[in-house]
Amino acid sequence: MELNITVSIIFIATLLHLASGIPGFFLGRRSPMGQYLAALMAVIGSLMGLWGALLILNGPASGYYELPWGLPIGHFTLQLDGLTSFFLIPIFIMGALGAIYGLGYWKQSEHPENGRQLRFFYGILVGSMSLVVMARDGIFFLIAWEAMALSAYFLITTEDQDEKVRQAGWIYLVATHAGSLCLFGLFALFYRATGHFGFQPFQPGMVSPWILTSIFFLALIGFGFKAGIFPLHFWLPGAHANAPSHVSALMSGVMIKMGVYGILRVCWMIPSPPLSWGIILLILGTLSSLLGVLYALGQHDLKRLLAYHSIENIGIIFMGLGLSLVGRSCHHPDLIILGMAGCLLHIWNHGLFKSLLFLGAGSVIHATGTRQIDKMGGLSKTMPYTGGLFLLGAVAICGLPPLNGFISELFIYLGLFKTLMNGSGTQAVPFSLGLAAPALAMTGALAVACFVKVTGIVFSGEPRSEKAAKSHESPKTMLIPMALLALGCLMIGLLPLLVTPWLDKVIVEGNSELMGIGLKVDYLAPLGWVSGLGMGLLLMIGILFTWLRYRLIREKTPQRGTWDCGYAAPTNRMQYTASSFAQMLVNQFDGILKPKEHRPELKGLFPTSSHFESHIDDSILDRVLKPVIHRIQKGVYQFRWFHQGLTQPYILYIIVTVLILLALSSTLGDRFMSFILP
Amino acid sequence: MVQILIHILLLVIIPPLFLGIINKTKACFAGRKGMPVLQPYYDLAKLFRKKSVISRTTGWVFQAGPVVTVSCLLFAGLMIPFYRINPSLSFYGDLILFAYLLGLARFFTTAAALETGSSFEGMGSAREVTFACLAEPGMFLGFLALARLTGTLSLSGILTGVSLGAGTLLAPVLLVAAGLFIILLAENCRIPVDDPNTHLELTMIHEVMVLDHSGPMLGLIQYGAALKYFILGSVLVDILLPDSNQFFLIELGLFLGAMGLLSIMTGIVESVMARLPMRRVPNLLVAACLLCGVGFLLIGR
Repeated sequence: MELNITVSIIFIATLLHLASGIPGFFLGRRSPMGQYLAALMAVIGSLMGLWGALLILNGPASGYYELPWGLPIGHFTLQLDGLTSFFLIPIFIMGALGAIYGLGYWKQSEHPENGRQLRFFYGILVGSMSLVVMARDGIFFLIAWEAMALSAYFLITTEDQDEKVRQAGWIYLVATHAGSLCLFGLFALFYRATGHFGFQPFQPGMVSPWILTSIFFLALIGFGFKAGIFPLHFWLPGAHANAPSHVSALMSGVMIKMGVYGILRVCWMIPSPPLSWGIILLILGTLSSLLGVLYALGQHDLKRLLAYHSIENIGIIFMGLGLSLVGRSCHHPDLIILGMAGCLLHIWNHGLFKSLLFLGAGSVIHATGTRQIDKMGGLSKTMPYTGGLFLLGAVAICGLPPLNGFISELFIYLGLFKTLMNGSGTQAVPFSLGLAAPALAMTGALAVACFVKVTGIVFSGEPRSEKAAKSHESPKTMLIPMALLALGCLMIGLLPLLVTPWLDKVIVEGNSELMGIGLKVDYLAPLGWVSGLGMGLLLMIGILFTWLRYRLIREKTPQRGTWDCGYAAPTNRMQYTASSFAQMLVNQFDGILKPKEHRPELKGLFPTSSHFESHIDDSILDRVLKPVIHRIQKGVYQFRWFHQGLTQPYILYIIVTVLILLALSSTLGDRFMSFILP
Repeated sequence: MVQILIHILLLVIIPPLFLGIINKTKACFAGRKGMPVLQPYYDLAKLFRKKSVISRTTGWVFQAGPVVTVSCLLFAGLMIPFYRINPSLSFYGDLILFAYLLGLARFFTTAAALETGSSFEGMGSAREVTFACLAEPGMFLGFLALARLTGTLSLSGILTGVSLGAGTLLAPVLLVAAGLFIILLAENCRIPVDDPNTHLELTMIHEVMVLDHSGPMLGLIQYGAALKYFILGSVLVDILLPDSNQFFLIELGLFLGAMGLLSIMTGIVESVMARLPMRRVPNLLVAACLLCGVGFLLIGR
């Protein structure tokens, strides 16, 4: 009985989110009521949803629920277990915070043309994500998945008057449907293997290894597109950069994690995965994290840069996931726990700090009207709160103590170091897996480089443009969501033991072999030490800083200009820029990044003004996909006469195709059909 | 308890001494009399007495920079054993926290440099973070090798477990030590990576980042530099000193002597070598990574 109540709470919460944009359509274009109603519904929905999810995470059991109304195929089955609740928490947190942020960022009065549409699809996206993690039936899952994918498309193309936005939307749409195609194949195989669309674990020996391998790789590609793992990441930078900032925060912080959720769910259904899967995930994760951060370094667009960092962090999440799979294959419980804990906690952590950073970026863009880092500067004076919160997010995303990023990376490091020790496993873990640890260290160092660049160029120094000089602090509706996210970063960083019971619950739920062992995350990681030291460090910094401030104020410290080597007329444009800061690193890796520079040609004695430009194109999108697609396009030009632009011929094509398929199936008979359906 | 007290006292008091030894060595090589060995202490005392001037471009991050750096280094130092003197803090996996505390220190040093808006300091911090990206994996490779060798994951276990002498593999330990020596020079911005003597040259890394700091802030930074050298130096010394079971005082003497020797060696390197061109520095750091990596392979085989 009580369980049903919990399910109802979360279901109502989901419905509230789904419907939150609808009242706005009945109100006038210029009426501000719609946005307040939407935010109110989102907040109430999220509070209910969080309450329900915490009930499940703290409770012993998980709720299973089947709605009486059915679907044409499949069932309307929902389940609330630990993993679902674990993912519901970031969904509901960002759902509410983004809606509040939107009140200041995307005011209906300032955007009468698309404000209502934005809020409608925002609600749909949050609600459909919550259905995605609750669905326990293949068809229902796909419906929710598509609702999520499409609402995200409409959110990305909010400002569809801009050609770049439309292009980014198209690329996203193509990528997400390529992924969906794999998922259709995945569920077809599911059905073939089990005879139903439910998400029950496969019995060992019931399904042939060939099908299991296909399921794994289809899941990897299908969900990998959504997660944005390298090399399937190419839609992500454009989409995240061109969407409104709170949408970017929701997509980057939460939506791409749905891909990780999918892979996790599938991996948990497969008994005893082979060692190679874990290694593949680990290698993909390592590649993704290194390349993501390298590409981020070369970006001048604040949101594109953050988007590349999502690729990096998804890589780190995959490293944890791969490690846990290796642990399952080698029967090494420490690896399972540490890998899973790193993967799961990094999902939350990334949700917190990346959302914080995107909201901060939105605040900066709101104030300066540009996304170009090199046009900003000195913003910490005009917008001190945004500056401070962004700095906190930056320290967190670099994985530095005493914030939350460090905790999840610590789990992964410990797991990687554990591969070197001869554990109690029956099968030896290849020691070369430990080499991912230096790669992760390099990722961390590169992330520090990148975020020093961002905070330094955007918030420090003098303003580099007029707009930056005239910037202003954002309203409270934008600052409060950021402050709450920052608080989350600090809490998990300083008190990680608060969240480990939930991690334990989810990990044991997915890996039944751990049931009797009684190992826990906090036995394997020195979390007590880390939180004690983190607090000690903060205390010491606080004391020293207060002393320093006291001295500086007591001594009436004079303020002068920055030392300029005696040069008489320095200008703000002579400051170091984001490009110059990153140049040395970019040149180190120019074999991978292939930076393009457009140098001015200087002629004569007194050359007139000129300009220099450098950019780094995406490896996959610009260097592989675009040329290949261009060539394919040329090849299929001959078929252009098929396209008349009239509906009738297209219907004819569909009918002909169906007829051909029917004829095929009747001639090939049952053998053909049995390949698709058992 | 006494040991913890001694450990903390050593950590807090002794680091500037070794900078003095380096300077004295360099002076000897140059045929100068040189400043007294204790000069770094006098400098620190002077700086902490002085008033500061700050740039009006800067904000609180500029002031927080030195504070965070020194705090991080002190906490990192608490985890390092000084030969047989056990560290005040030691737990499973502390080496990761150690490396990341150095990372946090670097974040705030470089962010504080960018606060000034000066191109010089921008250059310095860009170089600092660039070289760190190559030094960091080298350090982890080294730790990885040593962790595999000793089978533990705490710094005190690793550093007291490895020692030159009977029972441990000589070649990998030497390789890792060589790699860590290069990283020591790079992280502390010494020749051949950086020249701590020149001021306001385009060759600078560390000194140029702190150009606008003055008074107690500069004092904190100088003290932090000494701490960093001492901490990373003692990692190296711990690895290289042979195992012993002597009286406490003899062990303390051995440690201090070895640190002194290391400082003299650093001084010699600074005296006989020229600074590498900036574009060559990454090659040197990659070499350090390779040394540690080969060490790891030799142990892992």
